[in-house]
Amino acid sequence: MKEIVIVSGKGGTGKTVIAGSFAVLAKNKVMGDCDVDASNLYLLLHPQVKEKHDFYAGVIPEIDLTKCNQCGLCEELCRYDAITVSQDGAFVDYISCEGCGLCGLACPEKAVEMKENLCGEWYISETQYGPLVYARLGIAEENSGILVTTVRKNARVIAENRNLDLIIIDGPPGIGCPLIASITGANLVVVVTEPTLSGIHDLERVIEVSQHFNVEPVVIINKFDINLENTSSIKEFCKENSISVIGRIHFDNIITEALVKGLPVVEHSDNKVTQEIKDIWQEIFKKIQ
Amino acid sequence: MIISVASGKGGTGKTTIAVNLALALAGDKKNNVYFLDCDVEEPNAHLFLKPLIKKSEPVEIPIPKIDYNKCNFCGKCARACLFNAIAVAKNKVLIFPELCHGCGACTYICPEGAISEKGREIGIIEEGEAGLSNFMEGRLNIGEAIAPPIIKRIKKRGIEKYQSEVNKNKNGSKQHILLIDAPPGTSCPVIESIKESDYTILVTEPTPFGLHDLVLAVEVLKKLQIPYGVVLNKCDIGDHQVEKYCQEKEIPILMSLPMDKEIAIAYSKGIPLVNLGYSYKQKFISLFQNIVTEYKLAKVRN
Repeated sequence: MKEIVIVSGKGGTGKTVIAGSFAVLAKNKVMGDCDVDASNLYLLLHPQVKEKHDFYAGVIPEIDLTKCNQCGLCEELCRYDAITVSQDGAFVDYISCEGCGLCGLACPEKAVEMKENLCGEWYISETQYGPLVYARLGIAEENSGILVTTVRKNARVIAENRNLDLIIIDGPPGIGCPLIASITGANLVVVVTEPTLSGIHDLERVIEVSQHFNVEPVVIINKFDINLENTSSIKEFCKENSISVIGRIHFDNIITEALVKGLPVVEHSDNKVTQEIKDIWQEIFKKIQ
Repeated sequence: MIISVASGKGGTGKTTIAVNLALALAGDKKNNVYFLDCDVEEPNAHLFLKPLIKKSEPVEIPIPKIDYNKCNFCGKCARACLFNAIAVAKNKVLIFPELCHGCGACTYICPEGAISEKGREIGIIEEGEAGLSNFMEGRLNIGEAIAPPIIKRIKKRGIEKYQSEVNKNKNGSKQHILLIDAPPGTSCPVIESIKESDYTILVTEPTPFGLHDLVLAVEVLKKLQIPYGVVLNKCDIGDHQVEKYCQEKEIPILMSLPMDKEIAIAYSKGIPLVNLGYSYKQKFISLFQNIVTEYKLAKVRN
């Protein structure tokens, strides 16, 4: 079984558009959306949710004001400035709290109870292209890395149970916690970039992260005709670093048109751009065989 | 006034809006502009502002250091650590630095006083000047997972500087504006970036993805109780659902920018929009005026 992860570093370069098309083109696969902050793949694949699960991760303090004697130790110890103690008791700013539990450990009155933290939901669903696992992190919550891992783990379980050959992951932007959780142990990272200075800058960083975690990156240059000079710089950079550019895609309004219709672009039209995406899929398919 | 620029979805134009607003405002001598790039995973504002960096310093988080002369391998530190960053074996304590949040629980709980702390670098912050703006950015090191401590540091430094200038010039005619370029999403790095803002600009585009993620971003702003408005980028692509949503929810649309080849090419080269002509500069000045008006209205409502 193989697992490919579509990432970009910079947001908005076309990860989900590509992932949605791969969902149509690939056979025998399960999809996972690991952009748990703002998952969008389901907007193209229109799943029917089969299972909905609460996502608990970490703990949060709850203060029993009848026991609290306002000694202020918790406030003094908390490194996230998440507790304020006043005459009326101790109050937690749950947005700043990282759930380390130190206040609970330290409270001499045992007034702090650490409670399990409900911080999102995840779903197992069916689409006309196969199963999709996706999630929604609660607003302003932490632990996105653990939720990403939950999505990947469940996609893998489905693949094993149904004898599927491939897991396609739509990844998050950035290079931090959710991105690292999305790519570690995968077979291939597909970086979607665009020929802008921001795109190139972020491409270089996400490639470094992939290599740091020993996952091979390949590159797709989206909207390559916006700036041909930058497109050649990307190619040069990739060549110097022995990274293969597996394809490039023209800028075309049909991508937005398909999006508005809620369709993967290869289902919406048949033109130059969709052919380019199909060719890219063939290249990836060859690569992971 | 502290204004942050955020969006649920990535790539909608946060940096474009933040950078051009900074440049347009900095063009007026009565403004003192501070720019903080808090997208520390992928900081891009420097590509457009081309700042002269004068100071660079590492950001460290404290991680535990074991004194084996004192440690008796009781395991209390490992049980106290909720991030699984410590494991205690028979005669060894294993520390996993990438998992450590630097909370200090292990140091606090150790009955033998065997744990001290040492700094571990997770990224850097850089300070400098970009034309007429004070510039600051953070940069997460490759392979590091936890961005918020870097954001916290830039915010602290930037806001202190801004606040001291505001206090110094209380009776002066100078107008101080702190602009924050936030990362995409709705989780901890975004919250850390925008939480002290007086006003937040949400940048989106008129597509189903743009709308979906705008709705999430609006939830964040409601939770933080920060007044907000929308900038609609590439306003002539896609559909009209974002406008409809904003109208229904009475969210002001502060500015609309069309999809324009000239803009796209300039962006790809790192050229700020305001350099393309006076009309763009005017557009961003009006954006600021709209923000001020909306901010005052929001204050009255509260």
